[in-house]
Amino acid sequence: MALKDITLGQYFPGHSPLHRMDPRTKLLAVCLYIVALFLAKSFVSYGFLFCVLAAMIRLSRVPLKSIVRGLKPVVFILVFTAALNILYTPGEHVLVKVWIITVTLEGVRTAFFMVIRIMMLITGTFLLTYTTSPILLTDGIESLLSPLKKLRVPVHELAMMMSIALRFIPTLIEETDKIMCAQRARGADFETGSLIRRAKALIPLLVPLFISAFRRADELAVAMECRCYHGGEGRTRLRQLKYQPLDWVTLVLALGMCVSAFVLGKFGL
Amino acid sequence: MEAIIQTKQLSHIYSAGTPFERAALNGVDFTAYRGEYLGIIGHTGSGKSTLIQHLNGLLKPTAGQVLYEGQDIWADPKLTRQTRFNVGLVFQYPEYQLFEETVYKDIAFGPGNMGLDEQEIDRRVRTAAAFVGLRDDQLEKSPFELSGGQKRRVAIAGVIAMEPKVLILDEPTAGLDPVGVESILGNIRDYHQAHNATVILVSHSMEEVARSVDRLVVVNDGVIPFHGSPEEVFRHAQQLEDMGLGVPMMTRVFNRLRAMGADISDPVYTIEQAKNAILKAKGVR
Repeated sequence: MALKDITLGQYFPGHSPLHRMDPRTKLLAVCLYIVALFLAKSFVSYGFLFCVLAAMIRLSRVPLKSIVRGLKPVVFILVFTAALNILYTPGEHVLVKVWIITVTLEGVRTAFFMVIRIMMLITGTFLLTYTTSPILLTDGIESLLSPLKKLRVPVHELAMMMSIALRFIPTLIEETDKIMCAQRARGADFETGSLIRRAKALIPLLVPLFISAFRRADELAVAMECRCYHGGEGRTRLRQLKYQPLDWVTLVLALGMCVSAFVLGKFGL
Repeated sequence: MEAIIQTKQLSHIYSAGTPFERAALNGVDFTAYRGEYLGIIGHTGSGKSTLIQHLNGLLKPTAGQVLYEGQDIWADPKLTRQTRFNVGLVFQYPEYQLFEETVYKDIAFGPGNMGLDEQEIDRRVRTAAAFVGLRDDQLEKSPFELSGGQKRRVAIAGVIAMEPKVLILDEPTAGLDPVGVESILGNIRDYHQAHNATVILVSHSMEEVARSVDRLVVVNDGVIPFHGSPEEVFRHAQQLEDMGLGVPMMTRVFNRLRAMGADISDPVYTIEQAKNAILKAKGVR
């Protein structure tokens, strides 16, 4: 079933140092990594960041196969970006010129780096979701954003909404799978026919799915109220987030990585 | 007896090639005969749901074959689709798959997909609705206005309307009140007799299957440890207990009575049989 291949935001249980790290550290480190990626301009800096990424993947003990599978859904975007960059980058070194299509050396170079950048960006962020359970992740985001509470941003509510949404993704996928099977057992055909036919074929899937999502939301709201949930005010936590020495080391290293990328960029590398 | 569905060395592995890999079925040889009322029992996660989803071609075997009337259903895509109409499958909690504006249209979804003409669809919808005890005025209602039990009837009618030669029901009585359980089981029996169809009832309730079915298949850990008439199967009381299934209450009571020295030789697994056995032991005719 194709639905099972969706790995977006999937947690990969484990006990590696990356798994044990504080979610806030990982979030900050990933942010710094993304900044570094956008500062990188050449083979040297990309190579450096690639080594960092490779080391992290090795450290996380997430199988390479799963990481590669996560890249599958973005193949289209990658091809599209590469094509656009190759075709529309002006430059002096013209490689091919056919009719209105001009391919320049600069274009190929930009396209190449763009694709590498997107792939490394996605792999890096995937590594975060692979090694951090959704609950911890939202806890981390809530904690990092808590200063915004002073500006009356409903941080707790947003985090709660996010953890509920994350929590229900697998449930909804499972539900979709079940309904799909049930309708296929009644002869529904989701795979063949014209686009309009296939869109129509989704109605027997989407209607029950929406109804069950609303039903679940309702049940969840009642269950939460029964346990006296009334927002974040004065609410204590089961899991307290605490920075360990490892987290400080990681943060310093991540900052170092970002600065190195910046310095390398300054030297035009 | 003539076999209608057979599986040969059927194996299924979920998420093959990932860390979540899990074997659900291990070389299962299963046979359902034409016109029989068959029960499948097994614990949650025993592989019984995986097994029945192979019988109508929803899941593709990792290894082995599924034969419908002697033909491999995966040999030809057309045959696979045809099998879905010949083998009707009612999932657990089928009321969650209703989607149409009216009960009538929802029941007509399956027959419509078969490419039947309007008249035939109308006949089938009305027959199926009558089988599960839906009134004519309920046909024009929205399925979402109905009670839980009635929704379940609509969903079952949706599969019955395809008039499958084999009807498989996965826990059709889960979550219903005793009256609802009785009436649904009655409807299924009626369909079985009226169409001379093969019916496969999946359940984990020993009481329920014991009094309905002709033959029982036990599924445990992806294999079929034993099958046979309820009487034969319930002889393995200890093994069933170890699988977390147990035997019907009545069988357990009478096994204890026998152990205590009561002179009862007949097999007992329904209340009716229990009554007769006691009367016989007491010497009342």
